[in-house]
Amino acid sequence: MTTYYSEEHEWLEVDGDTATLGITKHAAEALGEVVFVELKEAGDTFDKDDEIGVVESVKAASELYAPLAGEITEANTTLEDNPGSVNEDPEGNAWFYKIKLADVSELESLMDESAYKAFIA
Amino acid sequence: MTEPQKTPLFDLHVELGGKMVDFAGWMMPVNYGLGVAGEHKQCREKAALFDVSHMGQVELHGEVVAEKLETIAPSAFTTLPAGKARYTFFTNPDGGIMDDLIVSNAGDYFYLVVNASMRDQDIGHMRANLDGIDVVELDRALIAIQGPAAEGIVSASAPAAADLKFMESTVTDLFGAECRISRLGYTGEDGYEISIPTDRVVDITRELLKHDDLEMAGLGARDSLRLEAGLCLYGNDIDNGTSPVEANLTWAMQKRRREDGGFPGAERIQRELKDGPSRKLVGIKPKGRAPARRGVEVADKDGNVIGSISSGGFGPTYGGPVSMGYIAAEFAEPGTEVDLLIRGKAMPATIIKLPFVQQNYKR
Repeated sequence: MTTYYSEEHEWLEVDGDTATLGITKHAAEALGEVVFVELKEAGDTFDKDDEIGVVESVKAASELYAPLAGEITEANTTLEDNPGSVNEDPEGNAWFYKIKLADVSELESLMDESAYKAFIA
Repeated sequence: MTEPQKTPLFDLHVELGGKMVDFAGWMMPVNYGLGVAGEHKQCREKAALFDVSHMGQVELHGEVVAEKLETIAPSAFTTLPAGKARYTFFTNPDGGIMDDLIVSNAGDYFYLVVNASMRDQDIGHMRANLDGIDVVELDRALIAIQGPAAEGIVSASAPAAADLKFMESTVTDLFGAECRISRLGYTGEDGYEISIPTDRVVDITRELLKHDDLEMAGLGARDSLRLEAGLCLYGNDIDNGTSPVEANLTWAMQKRRREDGGFPGAERIQRELKDGPSRKLVGIKPKGRAPARRGVEVADKDGNVIGSISSGGFGPTYGGPVSMGYIAAEFAEPGTEVDLLIRGKAMPATIIKLPFVQQNYKR
């Protein structure tokens, strides 16, 4: 499994043509205390840059944009009941979606961990 | 675009980890390490210190300040005793609100605090309309210490602070500096606003922060605190188009002023007092968890738009989303069920009586 990162501060843990998607620790810290998460549903398909959810913190509402095209196979609905988990464990239990990638080659446009670290430095 | 201004506490904010943003032309902290919700709870449970030096402080000197002020603001000032403060607003000829402010009778003069973004407008307005009155803009810092522990913290150095009641103001010594201490604020909690000589505010703030129960708080917490307390933000909940009657601020216009008029916009304001306004500012509680922020439309259960949110967000003490907004008067009754149109969906909400969190003033 390889982890990729987007400029919109999402992480993607990829296994073949499936992936788990969430927001990075850096993004969660910048957002502040998350108080509301709105998710799409399993079965929904999306293109790159489509809005695939909303994260609201005490400060503001932020849209979540798809870093590539695919289909949602599972949404982490525990986030809707416990939005604060996004701050506690953004790169672990507080994942947003399991997705099936439409085109694995789109991963080439994303960053690896060291590139992302340089990006946010 | 001019460079944002800095308050005398700017360097201390940065040193204490404040996340600085441009607010109304001033570099101000949104939050520090505790975060917005942490600072909010700190204020409700213990005490928080806010830098509000970006607000305008003004003294009015002259023979008939109270009488003159009554010609541009609809509150009673001739009957305001020395040492007392009053919430008021400047009205325009159409009965809208030009700015809201606090006026204190300082005995020999009147002391005013106006909004940061409106200070130039207000000073110009007063100079143009208060004939024979000397309008002096002060170069002083202003901090607010708010929360149940505020009295103990402030009175440890300035014992006179403990004797003040809500909306009372005095000049006293604080750590060797002559300060104006007023028992009021913008959080719904007991507490003080303290006007301090600019060259002493950094060391006095450091002295105060030695108290275990006091932490710095930024504009983020200031906004969520005032929203839970049902207090209006100028530019959001009140502006040149909204009247004090629509905004539920009738209480700030004392009986003589409501009946006799004699202030700009009296015609509309007296008509609305008599016939009722066509829309009202109300509390709106979303039933779900989604916050309804400024600009969100409010609809009746048939889908007709009946108003919009003027301020909204998440209330850390309330433990859920909190909003206020203007809606057509026939829907303003507490308990009325409405829908909020958020991202294309109708989310159910209930009209409530403000505030969301009970105010905790020392009367």
